[in-house]
Amino acid sequence: MTKLFAPLAILVAAMFVYAPVLIVNAPYESTMGLVQKIFYFHVPSAMTMFMSAFVCGIASAVYLFGRRPGADRLAVAAAELTVLFGFIVLITGPLWARKAWGVWWQWDARLTSTLILWLIFQSYLLLRRYGGPGSDRLAAGVAIFGMANVPFVYWSVNVWRTVHPTTNVVPTLQPGMRGPFWFCVFAFVGLYVLMLAARAQLEARRAELEELYLAVEE
Amino acid sequence: MSKLATLFIVIFYTVSLFAQQVPPGAPEGFVPLDPSVAREQLPAAPLVMGAYGIAWILLIGYLWSIWRRLAKVQQEIAVVSRRLEGGSKR
Repeated sequence: MTKLFAPLAILVAAMFVYAPVLIVNAPYESTMGLVQKIFYFHVPSAMTMFMSAFVCGIASAVYLFGRRPGADRLAVAAAELTVLFGFIVLITGPLWARKAWGVWWQWDARLTSTLILWLIFQSYLLLRRYGGPGSDRLAAGVAIFGMANVPFVYWSVNVWRTVHPTTNVVPTLQPGMRGPFWFCVFAFVGLYVLMLAARAQLEARRAELEELYLAVEE
Repeated sequence: MSKLATLFIVIFYTVSLFAQQVPPGAPEGFVPLDPSVAREQLPAAPLVMGAYGIAWILLIGYLWSIWRRLAKVQQEIAVVSRRLEGGSKR
């Protein structure tokens, strides 16, 4: 891995150690109180999930049309991370909702479309694992479809009447909340870059191992 | 990872079947609020700690899983490389 990996890892670790201090000192939201503090991990996880879906979709398009194996390895790594961060969103969200809305789950536009997006990338991983020959290109198509869903998930709260807050929340955050929020966003993005690099490295090593096995057979 | 993915799907579908709250049947006529009855006071702290705890467990667990898989593949590469070198020397 590159020379930047270790310094970035130290920086991200320091950010995650300091983040709880910022979150605890951030002001309480007037109607929801303490439970609103889940926001500082829930929303950055969602933003990371969307970003990862785009990385996976773009890398899959490059693989599908450009036939570049490196792009396929990046797509696999990004798909796994989309599922991981999506799972964090789908767990932290209901925990917040239980207190804020009185229910764990609502089949509203944002929650339902996020669940569907998560399932699309789950299906990408299942295709890659069990699909057999040719599943890499089929999964690439699935990833492009998943990427195309992201704008619908994001704008769903503005288009339909939903119980989920609209996209207006982040631009209109109180000054005391903006700092901790964007700090957490950058910490999550940094962590995502590290995880993506490590996971793509794993795929590269697996490809190397396959070539070695082929060489042994020859 | 794919076994974990299958497990996540099964758990999520199972939980979602029970998560949707079904409101109780509406009473006939107006029922005044009894101030002596305690209302539901759901504490926020366990939910907040649970959310952060689960997020941390998932992130650290994933990092550990990458490290374990990478170590296994590196080990296999070393073994196969030695086998290849041994074969080419003959």
